Amino acid sequence: MNATTQTPRRFQQGLQRLLQSRVAGVLSYPHGVDRYLEVLNPLWSTTEVRARVEKIEHLTADSVTVTLQPNTNWQGFIPGQFVQLTVSIDGKRHTRCYSPANSLHRTDGRIELTAKAHANGFVSRYLREQLQEGEVVTLSPAGGEFALPEQRPERVLLISGGSGITPVMSMLRTLCDEGYDGEITFLHYANRAEDMIYADELADIATRHNNVTLLRAFGEGESGGELSGLFCSEHLCSSVPDFAQATTFLCGPPPMMAAVEKVWEEEGLSDRLHKEQFTLATPQLDTSDEAGGEVRFARSETLVANNGSNLLEQAEAAGLTPESGCRMGICYSCTCKKTAGKVRDLRTGEISSGDEEDIQLCVSVPVGTVTLDI
Amino acid sequence: MSIYHTLTPEQFDAIGQELDAIRNREIADLGEKDEKYIRTLIKRQRQLEVAGRGLLMAGFLPPAWLAGVACLSASKILDNMEIGHNVMHGQYDWMGDKNINSRNFDWDNTCTNTAWKHTHNFEHHTFTNVLDKDHDIGYGILRMSDDQEWEPRFVLNPILAVILSTFFQHFVAVQSLKLEDYLIYKTKTKEELKAEFKPTWKKMRKQLFKDYLLFPALAGPFFPFVFAGNVTANLARNLWSSQVIFNGHFPEEVEQFPESVLEDESRGHWYVRQMLGSANFEGGRLMHIMSGNLSFQIEHHLFPDIPAHRYARISPEVKAICEKYGLPYNTGSFMKQSVSVWKRIFKMSLPGKRGGKGKGLMAKVIPLKSESGSTSRQAA
Repeated sequence: MNATTQTPRRFQQGLQRLLQSRVAGVLSYPHGVDRYLEVLNPLWSTTEVRARVEKIEHLTADSVTVTLQPNTNWQGFIPGQFVQLTVSIDGKRHTRCYSPANSLHRTDGRIELTAKAHANGFVSRYLREQLQEGEVVTLSPAGGEFALPEQRPERVLLISGGSGITPVMSMLRTLCDEGYDGEITFLHYANRAEDMIYADELADIATRHNNVTLLRAFGEGESGGELSGLFCSEHLCSSVPDFAQATTFLCGPPPMMAAVEKVWEEEGLSDRLHKEQFTLATPQLDTSDEAGGEVRFARSETLVANNGSNLLEQAEAAGLTPESGCRMGICYSCTCKKTAGKVRDLRTGEISSGDEEDIQLCVSVPVGTVTLDI
Repeated sequence: MSIYHTLTPEQFDAIGQELDAIRNREIADLGEKDEKYIRTLIKRQRQLEVAGRGLLMAGFLPPAWLAGVACLSASKILDNMEIGHNVMHGQYDWMGDKNINSRNFDWDNTCTNTAWKHTHNFEHHTFTNVLDKDHDIGYGILRMSDDQEWEPRFVLNPILAVILSTFFQHFVAVQSLKLEDYLIYKTKTKEELKAEFKPTWKKMRKQLFKDYLLFPALAGPFFPFVFAGNVTANLARNLWSSQVIFNGHFPEEVEQFPESVLEDESRGHWYVRQMLGSANFEGGRLMHIMSGNLSFQIEHHLFPDIPAHRYARISPEVKAICEKYGLPYNTGSFMKQSVSVWKRIFKMSLPGKRGGKGKGLMAKVIPLKSESGSTSRQAA
């Protein structure tokens, strides 16, 4: 680093320290320094990660790739991790999790997020259809256990389905930028060749790097792939015979994840499989006895009949506005106190005790009558 | 007899349904324009505050001092009225922004968010104008209803009202402590009071330190100019906001209610009580913004959690409902309402009890005007 980049950096750090000082806090009391900074520039904040939308691309018909320039509060990420992106849609803030797809070694410090716009994907559709370049969005620090180990594995197998490609794309790009010389197999499932995000770049990487094998599997009857149909153990046996030696990273829709997990389990290799679920398995609407009883929102003095859906949805349907974020049990924005009753965790199926405890509304369905402190 | 007693249960239900329909329509319509409105307003307030505090640093120059005081007063008024009061009502909670939210928002005022939400959002808005339940009837200091037992201290009603207005932010800050229970009625112990005062004092201290020590000290030798400027800005905000609030509930024709109305009160009854217990005043767009749209106090009391900038648009419909059911829609110029408020403050300083106890307050509301004649004679 040379002197010309050192000086503004030091100035910036000094300014940051000044703005976070106690005096600045008292002078800006009770609103806080950030509330004044954002009036000057929406990107400015002493704590929050905010980012400007630099570029919007459409790599496939139903996807959107957004390039973001974060402010200096961005601490970086490990390939595989996710961030929570918050956008304001018709006045209301919505938060969703996305895994950056860019290489860790990207020199311009930008973050690349890719989303597939599903028919009922409210936020992804907004990103695809309405987000404008120049807008400012809010990000959380990166998080999640699904991450490329610092000690790079000797043999890497990346398996993804649909838009689950993003975290493993980041791993692949990072490893290639580092000149990693171990074997990498990139196994991706998509319905059709034209739905495959990053198709051209992957083909290009595979031709330029001898250690990278690209295996594309498209739906039955579709051409252009090395494999066809849904994931099955035959795909592995025929195309990745050494999969047991690989450290495997998996991200895709729940049925595909379940099929892959089963194979690894049967082989006794579960500890070599790292996985990231990018959508919450669709909860079965509970029509059994569990769906009985009522949900009591104590502080709002509101009471509704339990309809079996998750507590966040039930609270919102009752006209309440509890804080919420990812809606998949990751961000803990909707955590609140349950004062009585049992709930079932949608992710694990586990039923809680009837004691007072903190629960995440979005992944909890009531088992009988439940009382919440909201 | 008050209209409250002549409406049929069916009419109460119909009023409830018509107002609920307006409410549901407005809630369904919340969106980008509301967000834009509140964000723009917050932006203006922050700009005015920075400009005001900056100008006061050069407060030794009279024009800078005057401009600084004007900006800072406007900032404090906007912050407290159209932003703070409305945000803490939860009008913007649906946006999901943690900084523009009734849980977290704090205002440039010595009253804490929690205390305010209790005395104002809960006590005042639920039990509006119900004697012994709505502490805003006189704030424990004034006598504002002739069904409030007269005490010798109320001779000072007008003077107490001036003191209340002058130090309004501090009285509001300690309102939840119900100081009169300790000082006058002796139903509260010193220890209880001390414990309750703790969180309030924490906030008061910070506000006082900021306005009267830190900012003046930053001006170095010009300390007195900044100090005087901040005192003036706080005073301007206190006088303005207290008058706006008085005008909302104390004009003479506004009704007060006995506790018995709360028994099995229906939605329709609640709405009617809100309408009879509130008064509007007229003015231009700037007047509405600077009063936090409490110039539409009636609409605000019907829909306290709907963004206040919508009240102006709703008001013709509310007025039409009032006309349809023969309900009064109390409005007038700011001056007319203020004069009416101060008349009541003066009248209530003297003992005088009209009508038998237990009949309920509303029964006397309509004749209040003619009876007030006798009160003033008494006063004379």
